[in-house]
Amino acid sequence: MKSRVGDESTGSWTAAARRQLERRLPWENLLPDRQPFYVGSWVYVFGVVTIAALVWVVLSGVVLAAFGPQWWHLSSVGRFFNSLHFWSVQVFFVFMVLHLWGQYFMASWREGRAPTWMIGVVTFAISIVAAFTGYLSQQNFDAQYIAMNAKDAVNSTGVGGFFNVLNFGQMYGLHVMLLPIAIIALVFLHIIQVRMKGVVPPIGHEARPVVAGDLRKK
Amino acid sequence: MDQPAGYLHWGFILISWPNLILIGLMVALFALALVLPFPGHSSSPEKEKKL
Repeated sequence: MKSRVGDESTGSWTAAARRQLERRLPWENLLPDRQPFYVGSWVYVFGVVTIAALVWVVLSGVVLAAFGPQWWHLSSVGRFFNSLHFWSVQVFFVFMVLHLWGQYFMASWREGRAPTWMIGVVTFAISIVAAFTGYLSQQNFDAQYIAMNAKDAVNSTGVGGFFNVLNFGQMYGLHVMLLPIAIIALVFLHIIQVRMKGVVPPIGHEARPVVAGDLRKK
Repeated sequence: MDQPAGYLHWGFILISWPNLILIGLMVALFALALVLPFPGHSSSPEKEKKL
């Protein structure tokens, strides 16, 4: 039987998807061992630190979800993981905002990178909701205080019929399941988009200075 | 830690000291990231080529 691999004339959607992926995301872009010259700046590290913090947020969150509120409030190890979760979220947000500043002042939506920018914006927005539902999921007086004060504000926006901050089960489910899945999926997509388009060059370096191993040296 | 945070109230600006200090640290970190040299990296592609 004749192989159809590489047959450009096939109408198969899998072949079309494969050709698209090969064209838009070749292996050397997906897993590069060199980066353009201008990536040698601390500004480009902010995004990586944000991802590292997200890993810690997820890992500590998995442990907290496994053992539950009594454990994270009453045992010393539980309080440690509670703090680990809280502070990794602080690092996540601080470096996400620093990454946002860096990309904003670099106008990193240039040269076809607008989808990358927009995915980042949506990820930021969903992260805020995830943090808010986290504060509501603490199972302490602080969470009750925040919920009681937030309900009128949330109701005034019109989403209170669905998003009920007094409903612990809903807030906890959103916090540990749906919102993390959304954030992880969007961050994955964000990284893929960065790999497809390459890291944005600084303003004034549109010519993309070529060095040994430059991604676009083709 | 169980006390409410102190606030800076300057005209229409009202912000807690911990938040203001954190924003100040973030601005300082951002400025440092712009000026500090990246380890193992020269200042131009031409110099890097010669390495």
